[in-house]
Formats: sequence, C-alpha cells, structure tokens
Amino acid sequence: MTLVVTEEVAVRAAIEELYLDYVDALDEDDLEAWPQLFVEDSSYRVVSRENVERGWPLATMSCDSRASMCDRVYAIRNTAMYVPRRLRHIVSALRIRSSGDAFAVTANFAVFETLPNHEPRVFSVGRYHDTVVDTADGPRFRSKLCVYDSDLIPNSLLLPL
Amino acid sequence: MTLLDQPAAGASMGVAPPRVWPAEGSTRVPYWAYTAEDVYQAERTNIFEGDSWAYVGLGAEIPNAGDYKSTFIGDIPVIVSRDRAGEVHVLRNKCAHRGVQVARLPYGNATKFECPYHQWTYRPDGRLLGVPFKNGVLGHGGMPDDFENADHGLEALQVAERHGVIFASFGHPEPLDDYLGTAMLTWFDRVFDGRPLRVLGTMKQRIPANWKLMFENIKDPYHASLLHVFLVSFGLFRADNPSSVAMDPTGRHSVLVSARRTGPVDASVAGEMASLRVLELEDKRLLDIVKEFEGPATVVMQTLWPNLIVQQQVNTLATRHIVPRGPDAFDLLWTFFGYESDDEAMTERRLRHANFMGPAGFVSLDDSEVMYLAQNGAHADDGTGSAMVEMGGRDAEDTDHMVTEAALRAFYNHYRKVMGL
Repeated sequence: MTLVVTEEVAVRAAIEELYLDYVDALDEDDLEAWPQLFVEDSSYRVVSRENVERGWPLATMSCDSRASMCDRVYAIRNTAMYVPRRLRHIVSALRIRSSGDAFAVTANFAVFETLPNHEPRVFSVGRYHDTVVDTADGPRFRSKLCVYDSDLIPNSLLLPL
Repeated sequence: MTLLDQPAAGASMGVAPPRVWPAEGSTRVPYWAYTAEDVYQAERTNIFEGDSWAYVGLGAEIPNAGDYKSTFIGDIPVIVSRDRAGEVHVLRNKCAHRGVQVARLPYGNATKFECPYHQWTYRPDGRLLGVPFKNGVLGHGGMPDDFENADHGLEALQVAERHGVIFASFGHPEPLDDYLGTAMLTWFDRVFDGRPLRVLGTMKQRIPANWKLMFENIKDPYHASLLHVFLVSFGLFRADNPSSVAMDPTGRHSVLVSARRTGPVDASVAGEMASLRVLELEDKRLLDIVKEFEGPATVVMQTLWPNLIVQQQVNTLATRHIVPRGPDAFDLLWTFFGYESDDEAMTERRLRHANFMGPAGFVSLDDSEVMYLAQNGAHADDGTGSAMVEMGGRDAEDTDHMVTEAALRAFYNHYRKVMGL
C-alpha cells in the first residue's frame, strides 16, 4: 500500500510543527525564538476569560508587533527580578479551519510551573485562539490570543503562555 | 479584643503567648506579624471588621439597576449591588438562616438575592422578604410565632461613595472625607475627579506573601530605582527624580509622588543605581506618554487603609484591592480604568501601558517576586527577629525625597494602635 499524504494532512503536520516550536521556545529556555514564530505585523495577547466574557479590552500581557515581543523578551532576560522556574506546556485539541488567506486555529493549553523547592503545579489552563499564515519560512502566527480560565494568576506571569 | 488579652505563656496548651512589639517601636516589624495565625485573626476583627472604610469597587462596575458584584472586605465575602433607585448597598454574603453563601456568581443582575438552600429571599438592602413554609404546610411545622423577618436580614454595611469609588464598613467610621483627610483627598481627587469612569478590565493574582508586605511595597520609594531595573533602564525613574512622601495625620494612608526627570544624572547618584543605562525599545509605542493631569507628577501611588492602592503611572490607572488569604497569601485584584471621555488613542495607550503593571508587569512583577522572597525570609526567622525600618531616620514625617521608609513607620504606628500592640 502506498501512503498518500493529502494536502489537509500536510497542512496539519506543518501547523502542528509550529506549535511544537512554540512550546519548545517557552519550555526549553529558548525565549529568543519565540518572537520569530510570528510575522512582523502580528499580535500576542494573554487575557482572562472574565475580561472576554464581560467585553473588557484589557490584556494581562499584550504585544502589538513582533518588535514589541522582542522588547518583552529583552525585559524578561535583562530587567525582571524573579525566582527561577520551569514551565511545561501541554497543548491539545488542536482544531484547524481555513479562514480567508489564513488558518484559524484553536487549541487547549495547560501550563505547569515548577519553582525551586516546590512540586510542579498547574499554573494556567485555557484556550488558544490563533491565526496562522503561510510564509516563505513556513507557517507563522499572525495573531495569538491566550484566554486563561482561572481568575487568579499564581503570583507572576513571567513568560508568555 | 486585642492580642494582649490572650492568656499568658504556659497558662494553657498550645495557645500563643501574648504578642509584644519590640521596644524600638515602629522602626521594627517583628517577623511574627507576617506569619502568625493569631495575628491574622486579630487583624480580621480589629481592622477589617473595625471602623475603617474598605474599598469594594468602582461604581462603573455596577452601572445599572440590579447590577451586583461579589467581593471581599479582608477575606469576608460581601455583595455590592445597585438597587432600582440607583443606591449602592453592601451586604455580608451569609444567609441569616444557616450561614450559606447567598450570592455564588462573581457578578450579575438581580432584583433580589435568594439563598440556594432554602430560598430565603432578601432585598438588595438586606431585608428578608420571604421564607418558604414560614407558616408551615397543612398546619404542620413553620417558624415559631415570634419569628420576625425584620430580625433576620443579611448584615448591611455602611456605604460611602466618592467620585465613582465605593467604600464600605462593618463598623462606624467617621465620614469618608474625614477618614481620608485633606492631604489624601487632594491626590485621590486628582484621579477620581468626578468624570465618569470606564472600566477597561481586571487582572487578579494570588501573591504568596503577607498582605501587609503589599502596603509596605507601595509605601517604600527607596526600592524603586534599585529593584525595578526596567524603570531605570528605560529612563522612567531615577533616584534623583523630584519626589515626595506624604501621610495623613494618623499615618495609616500615604502617597508617593514623583516627577520624571530627563537629562544627565548626577555622578554621585549614578554610582548607586546599578542598572542605570538608558536603552531603546524596539516598539517605542510603549513609551508614548501623554501628560493628562495638572502639575509635574508623572507617577502617584496612593495607599489607603485598610485595603486599597490607587495607581497612576504614566497613562495606566488602576485600583488594587488587597484581599488577605491567611498570613501567607493575599489576592491582589486590579481594576484598570480610564474615563468615558478618553478617545480611542488614549484607551489604546492605557491598554498598552498596562504592560507595566499586573502579574506580568514590567515593573510590578519584580514586586510580586520580592514579596514571595520576603515571606520566605520571615519564615526563616527563629521567632525573635524583626525587620529594621530605619531608612530616612526613625521618624514618621512627610519627606521631599524618596530615600526613606517613613511611610512604613507611619503605617505601623497606626497598625499597632488598632491592634493593641
């Protein structure tokens, strides 16, 4: 039998690879790679579910451009004072839909956080609402919206979700 | 009841000894003040259920008749609602019957509050409207003959509102204006000047530290140019900025005021600020700042006893509501706002500047982390140690500079009075 890879499967594989790169950038301390997964004119927002439900525009973390994401990385690396930690993303339920010139992608995320002298804990759970576009370098994010379920952030949101 | 009423050490099993503040007074904070459960319980009674005006929200969060929100004074759940006549009521969220939490949604709209268990129903002002089966069923049961609805309402708190900011009290404090005092009112009214407010949204975090450390942090201008590398690196704050620290006569409230200074830094100051190097952002819109208030102050941070911080930093405005969760944690509930009169550009600016604040804040993240470290350190104490609070001297007077901990000493002067310590 010859395995035929349909276009749909190829697209899915490529977009899943983007999400693997995304998780690795954040979990494996390769923060500088994070903005490069976005196109130049892009946005990144972390918003509580409450704000979304109430129609309030405030984001807990927001970047209006890839340049702004680079500033966020710079601040984390060079200006923030924090207790070191390790994140671990679990991304599932990836759903990909064609949307004009892009793909609308939703997925569930769970982020575990491990601080020194602590057991790992659930840091945040929620849903990604993203748009992904094809570029010469492969799929990239044009927008990423992380909607987190909980009211309360456990202390600090140091790294992007 | 104060902590001095506790039985003497050794008088019974496992009871905490009487708490005695260090002889030096408010230049010391004993570490048990941050970690002891008995202190926390006494704070609940003396401070949060006492004669203080606690912040519970902005009028703009409950704009319409019937709107309500569930929130906390101290860690005590309350319901804040607006009745059909537009008046605001605050009730202890606890059924008069068997203590069940009556309002279980974080916000909503309702003409009355009904307890889920037995459907005892209350008006927004707390009066008991109805008790199912009060008169029994088919001649059986029912409440006793001497049961009167009027005796069994939800506990209604005193309420005061100023320029769209709502306060409530379990006790009987002086009128809000007198409680804040003229010095604090001037700064309060600078941000809350009567213009209708627009809520932009909330951020909420659970900080693993004692709630008093949050007040200390916002009363402490000394740390700003040392801990907050972002502020210094991007030219937003320097130790030689023209600044002042002022308290109200009781010392319980305070305000830190600073004006951004540009131009070269004096060499003697530059040497002390380890992080001083001015950098450029890649997306410079973050530092697009518009002067919107009278006077030169670019940052004004106000702390109002017992649970409120009012923040104005560049164009990001917020209230920070402190909700203690035991001695080792507190929730910090941020409500970011603007004015109904803001244009789209200003709203966008405020939303972008919010990146300085909150649990991910370029500035405030350092504070959350350092408070966690402070609480860890407090637990490392052998039970006899104290924090030393002598920067700027040993008095609790207003200053015209930032190199002081006077506002912390003033805070503890009042704290000790209220707590009987």
